[in-house]
Amino acid sequence: MGSHRPIDPVAIRRDFPLFERDFGGRSLAYLDSASTSLKPRAVLDAVEGYNTRYTANVHRGIYTTGEEATAAYEKARGTIARFLNAPDYHEIVMVRNATEAINLVAYSWGRRNIRQADTIVLTELEHHANLVPWQLLSQEKDADLEFVAIDDDGRLNQQSFEVLLRTRPKLVAFTQVSNGLGTINPAKEMIAAAHAAGALVLIDGAQAVPHGPVDVTDLDADFYVFSGHKVLGPTGSGALWARRELLDEMPPFMGGGEMIREVHLRRTTFNDVPWKFEAGTPDIAAAIGLGAALDYLTEIGMDNVRAHERELTEYALEVLPRDVPGIRILGPRSATERAGIVTFNLPGVHPHDVATLLDREAVAIRAGHHCTQPLHERLGETATARASFNVYSNREDIDRLVVGLQKVQRIFDEGAGSAAGRAARSEPASTTADGASAPEPAGVTGH
Amino acid sequence: MDDLYRDEILEHYRRPHNFGTLPNPDASYEGSNPLCGDRITLMLEIGDDSTVSDVAFTGRGCAISQASASLLTDEIRGKSLTDVARLGNQDVLDALGIEISPARLKCALLSVDTLRRALAGMGTTPTPTEARS
Repeated sequence: MGSHRPIDPVAIRRDFPLFERDFGGRSLAYLDSASTSLKPRAVLDAVEGYNTRYTANVHRGIYTTGEEATAAYEKARGTIARFLNAPDYHEIVMVRNATEAINLVAYSWGRRNIRQADTIVLTELEHHANLVPWQLLSQEKDADLEFVAIDDDGRLNQQSFEVLLRTRPKLVAFTQVSNGLGTINPAKEMIAAAHAAGALVLIDGAQAVPHGPVDVTDLDADFYVFSGHKVLGPTGSGALWARRELLDEMPPFMGGGEMIREVHLRRTTFNDVPWKFEAGTPDIAAAIGLGAALDYLTEIGMDNVRAHERELTEYALEVLPRDVPGIRILGPRSATERAGIVTFNLPGVHPHDVATLLDREAVAIRAGHHCTQPLHERLGETATARASFNVYSNREDIDRLVVGLQKVQRIFDEGAGSAAGRAARSEPASTTADGASAPEPAGVTGH
Repeated sequence: MDDLYRDEILEHYRRPHNFGTLPNPDASYEGSNPLCGDRITLMLEIGDDSTVSDVAFTGRGCAISQASASLLTDEIRGKSLTDVARLGNQDVLDALGIEISPARLKCALLSVDTLRRALAGMGTTPTPTEARS
């Protein structure tokens, strides 16, 4: 593992078949990797291998392909465990995505352990996936939710966190990397502080796992979740890691086949962890594909992935403000503090219009609230545009983004040259025919 | 330059018609598109002859949602409630006169959906299926 070379973006690009597709004489500048990543051929081959050569259910068939399928599925579990540096592969529960993993913890651990007036601490940065399950749980149990505040650059306010820890929360759940802003949170320090306050900690690693090395043993979290489809794996793959003693104590999430040891008409004994949590036939092909994705990334080296994305982020943070006048970058200004995610707005142009016009240039970005409505409320933004990178991204993608944004500005600037036009353009809601004041930001009155 | 963002649409976005509020509206509704945060508050004054005697909207959002509201409010001013109730989604798309991708349909139709909900609140139109966004 010590022989990692710097990433060769040209060679890596050839591993991803989507770049072979023609988008009007050019390949796609795919800048929405935080939403889902592209899939390398190694992953597609692994999925196809299962689907064509050894298709069978797992943990059942007493025949060659059934045993091969079981071995490949369990091998993927081992690969995931090693990738996260989990001490024991029994601590890896295969799920469809990070959302399912969080719901599993909320339903299984949460329902047993959270009681009336208990506190769960979340943050204002959270993806809806790490918010709504806890809302449902707290409503059911009459428990309290508290939120670590962020500063204007999207960093968690550590004083706010310290104050909330004094409420002796049962659980602290937060994202290691913000999907909305790319902020890298000081997870290890926060986990230690939460433990010192007597709380268990769940880390949402959906944006951390794709963008750099993750070591759950070093982090010393209690639960860690991620989605496979953001880390070059197929959709329908993902994992929950949790400390063995927690998994042993937790009741099953769903009942059915696979998760049982003995079933009688009126009672059942359950399988060992992790299978106790894997009711029904899993997404076998996706899990095997995820194993192949993590092998692929291990070959490249996650330190190299991080270095590559940091370099791209630095480049984007340099050229966007320089070459796109007026652009507003949200989140931490330094690439060392953010993963490969750059969030921005063009004054006077809604991000949906930005995304639609960029699409015409075969540049794909995300526009909207990125499943973080409370974060957007906090930032006073109705919506934002987001460019995000992965190992296959390169400077040309960012250059094409810049050119596309310049074109958007030209289109929206045409016929708006006068001062009045400019004012109206930059804030259409503030200029009213009868002088009425602008409505408050959409999110403030939000649902 | 770009047919999707033809000048008329951008002009309605930059200088929306009927933008503002009414002091005593007979019908009003705040419609939103939860996917992107587009938001429109529509206010209507209805005359004794059951026509739209005044109309105004405020809101924020993308060019398509705001231009659509500007065009729609122009369209319904002075019209009878019966005619207004007959306005369909296609009428709004025709007025915009641009190709709307499926992902942007909700932006384009937010204003007419808000109009239907405003009128529904008065006990006039519409059927629940029409009102669904």
